[in-house]
Amino acid sequence: MLRLLRTVLRVGRIALPAPAAPQTPQTPTAEPLPWSGSLQIRHVDSGSCNGCEIEIAAAFGPVYDVERYGVRLVPSPRHADALLVTGPVTRNMADPLRITYEATPAPKRVIALGDCARNCGVFAGAYGVQGPVSDIIPVDVEVPGCPPSPEAIVAALRGLTGR
Amino acid sequence: MTLIAFGLTVVAVGAVLGALAITLVPQRLRPLTSGVVTAGVGVGGVLAGIGGLMGAGSSGAAWTRVAPGLLPLGEARLSVDALSGVFLLLVGAVAIAAGVYGIGYTGDGPHHANPAGSRTSQATVPLFVASMIFVPASASVTTFLVVWELMALTSLVLVLTEHRLRPSVRDAGLWYAGMTHAGLVAIMTGFVVFAAGAGGESFDALRAGATHLSPAARSTVFILVFVGFGAKAGLVPLHVWLPRAHPEAPSHVSALMSAAMVSLGIYGLIRVDFDLLGGGPRWWGLLVLAIGAISALFGVLQASVSTDLKRLLAYSTTENVGLMAMGIGAAGVFAADGNRALAGVLIAAALLHALNHAAFKTVLFLGAGSVLRATGLRDLDSLGGLVRRMPLTAALFGVGALGAAALPPGNGFVSEWVLLQGLIHSISHGISAAPVVAVSIPIAVGVVALTAGLGVATFVKAFGVGFLAQPRSTAAATAVESPVSMRVGMGLAGATCVVLGIAPAVAGGALDRVLNVLAPVRDTAPLANSAVTLRLASIQGSMSPLLIAVGLALAALVVVGAVRRVGGIAPRRVVGVWANGNAERNARQELTATSFAEPLTRVFDDVLRPEHDINITPYAESSYLIESVTFRQRVPDRLEAAIYPPLLAAAETWGRWSRRMANGRVHRYLAYGFIGLLAALVVVAVTT
Amino acid sequence: MTALETVGAVLAAGVQVALVVVGAPYLTGLMRQVRARLEGRAGAGVGQPVRDLRKLFRKEATRPEGTSVVFVAAPLILLASSVFLAAVVPFVSTVASVGGVSDLFAVVAILMLGTVALALAAIDTGTAFGGMGASREITIVALVEPTILLAIFALSVRVGSSDLTDIVAGTLAFPAQVLSPASLLAAVAFAVVIIAETGRLPVDNPSTHLELTMIHEAMVLEYSGRDLAMIELAASMRLALLLGLGVNLFAPWGVATSVAPLALLLGIVMLIVKVALVGVALAVFEVFMAKLRLFRVPELLAGSLLFALLAVAASYFLA
Repeated sequence: MLRLLRTVLRVGRIALPAPAAPQTPQTPTAEPLPWSGSLQIRHVDSGSCNGCEIEIAAAFGPVYDVERYGVRLVPSPRHADALLVTGPVTRNMADPLRITYEATPAPKRVIALGDCARNCGVFAGAYGVQGPVSDIIPVDVEVPGCPPSPEAIVAALRGLTGR
Repeated sequence: MTLIAFGLTVVAVGAVLGALAITLVPQRLRPLTSGVVTAGVGVGGVLAGIGGLMGAGSSGAAWTRVAPGLLPLGEARLSVDALSGVFLLLVGAVAIAAGVYGIGYTGDGPHHANPAGSRTSQATVPLFVASMIFVPASASVTTFLVVWELMALTSLVLVLTEHRLRPSVRDAGLWYAGMTHAGLVAIMTGFVVFAAGAGGESFDALRAGATHLSPAARSTVFILVFVGFGAKAGLVPLHVWLPRAHPEAPSHVSALMSAAMVSLGIYGLIRVDFDLLGGGPRWWGLLVLAIGAISALFGVLQASVSTDLKRLLAYSTTENVGLMAMGIGAAGVFAADGNRALAGVLIAAALLHALNHAAFKTVLFLGAGSVLRATGLRDLDSLGGLVRRMPLTAALFGVGALGAAALPPGNGFVSEWVLLQGLIHSISHGISAAPVVAVSIPIAVGVVALTAGLGVATFVKAFGVGFLAQPRSTAAATAVESPVSMRVGMGLAGATCVVLGIAPAVAGGALDRVLNVLAPVRDTAPLANSAVTLRLASIQGSMSPLLIAVGLALAALVVVGAVRRVGGIAPRRVVGVWANGNAERNARQELTATSFAEPLTRVFDDVLRPEHDINITPYAESSYLIESVTFRQRVPDRLEAAIYPPLLAAAETWGRWSRRMANGRVHRYLAYGFIGLLAALVVVAVTT
Repeated sequence: MTALETVGAVLAAGVQVALVVVGAPYLTGLMRQVRARLEGRAGAGVGQPVRDLRKLFRKEATRPEGTSVVFVAAPLILLASSVFLAAVVPFVSTVASVGGVSDLFAVVAILMLGTVALALAAIDTGTAFGGMGASREITIVALVEPTILLAIFALSVRVGSSDLTDIVAGTLAFPAQVLSPASLLAAVAFAVVIIAETGRLPVDNPSTHLELTMIHEAMVLEYSGRDLAMIELAASMRLALLLGLGVNLFAPWGVATSVAPLALLLGIVMLIVKVALVGVALAVFEVFMAKLRLFRVPELLAGSLLFALLAVAASYFLA
C-alpha cells in the first residue's frame, strides 16, 4: 500500500489537457440531446475484433480521460443515453443488439464506432456477418477508423455531451 | 353476571352445543355452522379476556368459580386474573379470525371433497378452541391437566385430518402425540411435586405454599415444568414436532396451533415461574435465556433455508417463541438480582411479543392456506406471480411478513424494540457486573440482532419468491383469489397487525395490570406513560411507531410531489424485460427460494450441513452429451438428527430387552407379582 | 410541545432535508473527483452527479412487463425513508427529533426498510440478476445487523439511552468519552457497518459492470428515467446519512441545540466540513482497496462483530 501511495504522489496528474471544444458535432446529422454535460453510454460489442475496445479503454483511461466531459460507462442500457456499438453485426448478435436498442429509454443516440460498425470494414461479406449497424438499428454518429484513435472517440463523445 | 362468567359460559355452552349441532346439520351447512360456532367461541374468549384485564383490582383474581366433584380426584376450579385475561384475549381473537376463515377454507374444492370439511374435523375445532380458552382460566392442578390433555387430544385429531391424502400426516401425528404427552408427563410430575410440597392442589394453595418447598424441590419443579411447557411452546430441542405438525394440519388449524397454542406454553412458564413459584435464583433465568437464544437462532436459520412455505412459518414460530423465552429468561435474571424495573420491561416485552406474534402468524398461516387452496402447492420453488392473481391475499401476507420481519411500521418491531431496551439498559442500571451476566447480555443482544436480520431474509424470500415475479408452475399461473369468508378472516388478523403496529399503547395499560399479578415485577408499570409515544417508565427509552408511520407517509407524499414537479407525470412505458439481452424469457430464469437462500446456506454451512443430490442423465446415444441435470438440496434439522436417533434407538433397545422379560409364561408373571409384594412389605416394615 | 417548538422543529427538519437532498450528490461527486485525481485523471467535477440526476428526470421511465406495484413503489419507499431520516436524525440540530422518532434502533430499521423494498422490486423483475442481487444484499444486511445493534448498545451505555438526541447531547457534555476504549472500538465497528450498508469497496464495487460481481447495482438494472433518478438520489442520500450519523455519534461538535439562526448556520457548516472530510478519507481508502470475494465478506463482518462485542464488554468492565 505504501508503494502505491508513493506512486500516486510521484506520478500526479497524467491526463492530457483538454483540446479545444469541437464547434460542430462530429456528424452534422446528429441532433443534439436536450441537455448537456451528461452522457451515459452502454457499450455493445456486436462482433468486434477488440481493437476498438482497446481504444475505448484508452479514451476512458487516465491519459485522455473522456469522463471529465461528463461521459460514463454504465452496465445496463436502461441507464444509458447512447449505445456505443463496435464491430460488424454478426448473425448471433443482431437480435441482442436490437433488444438492447429497444431497452434504452428515449431520448437515445447510437454511435457506430470504427469501420466495421460503419460498413463491416475488413469483414464485409463474411459468412457470419449480418451487416453494418445501420442495417439493424438507426445510427446517429459514426466514428471512422480501424481502429479510430482515442482523440477521435473523445471528439465524437464531446459532440454529444456538448462540453 | 359478570363479563368473564358470561364469556366463559358462551365458550363452554357454545363449544359443546355447537359441536353437537355441527355433527347434525347437513353437509352443505357444515362449514358455515362450524365457522360461526368457532367464531362465537372466540368472541366468548375475547369477552372473558377483556373482563379479566379490566376487572382485576389489585393483585387478586377478578373472578373465581369452584365446581366440586365435577372432575375425578378433585374439584374443577376456574379463576381469571389479568395474566389469564391477556391470553384469553389472544386465543379468542385468533379463533375469531380462524373461524371466519374456515367457513370458506373447509368448503369442498371443485374436484374433491375437502377432508377438513368432515364431520369429525369440523366438530373438533370449537372443542379445541374451548379447551385452549380454559387453560389460562384453570386454577387448580387437576383442572389444568385435564384441560391441557383435552387440548392435546383435540389438536391431535385436527392434525390428522388429512391423513388419507399424505403419509407424512401420520408421521406428523405420531411425533406430535409422543412429544405432547411426554410434555404432559413432565408438567404433571412437576405439579405433583409442587402440590405435595405446598400441601394443596389449587393454584392459591401452591402460591401460598411455595415458600415451604426446599430449594432443590423448587428447582426440580421449575425444570420439569420448563421442559413440559417448553415442548408445547416449541423451544429447542423439543421443537421437532412443530415443523412436522403445523404444515400438515389444515391451515386454519395451523394458525390456531401456531399463534394460540404455543402461546399457552409461554403462559404456563410465566404462570409457574413468576406467579406460583414467585421467581427463583439467577440460573433459572440464564437457562431460559440460553434455551430461548438457541431456539431463536436455530428456528430462524432453518426458516431462512426452508422452501416449504408452511414449514418456514412453523420454524418462524420457534424463532418467535425463542425471543419470548429470552425476554422471560432475562427478566428472571434481573429479578433475581433485585432490578424489578428492568424485569418488568422484559416481561412486558415478552407478552407484547406474544400478542404481536399471534397477530402476524395468524395472517401468515391463513395466507399460506389461501395459496394452498388456490394452487395446491406449498413449495415456494413452484409458486410466484400471485400478487397479480390474488392481490388481497398478497397484500395481507405482506402485512404479516412486515410484522414478522420486525421492520417499522410493522408490529414485530415494537415488541423487539421493547425487548432490546430492556437488555441494553442492564449496564447503566447497576446490574451486578457478575461475569456471567456481563457476558450473556451482550450475547443475547447479538442473538436478537442476528435473528432480526435473518428474519428479514426469511420473509423477503417468502414474500418475494412466493408472490412476486412470474408464476413458476401452471398451478400458480391459474390461481384465483379466495372466497369472501377467507378474505374477511385474513383481513381481521391483518387489521390487528396494523393496529398493534401503529398504536401499541392500546395494549400498554393492560400489560401493566398483567404485571401486577406477578410478584417479582408487581407495581413496576413499565408502559404507564405511553400514548402516541411508547415511553418506558424508570428507564430512558421512547419510540413512537405512530409518528414514524406518519412521518414516512408524509415523506412519501413530499417525494411524490417533488418528483412529479421535476420529472413530469408521463406514464411509464411497459417494455420487455432487459435481462441482459436474452431473447427467450421464461420463468425458469427466475431465482428460486433455494437459490435465494444459497449465500446464507454457505455462510452457516457448519450448522445447517445441507445435503446435495445431483443426477446427470446423458443421452442414450452418447454418454458425452448431457440430456438433463437434476439438482436437489435438502436441509435436514441437524439438532433433531443429533439428539433424537440415539434416544429413539435407546428406547427401542430398552423396549426389545423388556420384551424378553415378558415372555408369555404365567409362572414368570406370578413370580414378578410375588417379588413385588415381598419388596413392598419389606419397605413398609423398614420405614415404619 | 408549544407552537413555537413545533415551528422550530419543522424548520430544523426542513433545513436538514434540503441540505441532505442538495448536498448528497455533491458528496458523491467529491468522492469520485478525489478518486479521479488520485488515479491521475482530471475527473468530471464535483457537480457531475447533479448533472446526471437532472438528465435522468428528463428521460423516459419504463416498467418491465410482468412486474407489479412493488417495482414502481420501491424507489418511492427508498427515497421516502431517506428523506424521513434526513429530517429526524440530528445532523444540523437536535430540535427536529421529537416524540421518540430518532431512536437509533428505529433509524437502523428504517434504513433496512428501504433495502428490503429495493430487494423485493429486484425479485419482482423476474430476472436472474435481480434475484441474485437481492439475495446477496439481504444476506449482507442480515449479517451486519448484530454489529450495528451491538455498536448501538455500546454507545447507549454512556448516556443510558439509545435515543440519538441523548447520545449527541451526552457526547457534547462529556467530550472525553469519545476517547474511551468502548467508543473507539465501536467507531471501528461502525466504519465497517457504513461500508457494508452503502455498498462501497471492499464489500461491493459501485462502478462495476460485471453482473456476477454486483450486489447493489444488480438490483437496479431494470430501472430508468425518474425511477432511476430516485434510486440514485436515495443511494447518495443514504451514504450522506450514514457518514453524517457516524460523525455526529463520535464527533458531534457544532450540532445546534436550538433554532437560533447562528447556531443553525454553524451546524450546517460544521456538518458539511465533517462529512466532506470523512467522505474524502473514505474515497482515499477505496483507492487502495480491492473488492473482497463475496464469500469472504462474512469474514469481514464477523471481524466487525468482534469489535462491537469488545466495545460492549469494555463498557461493562471499564465503566
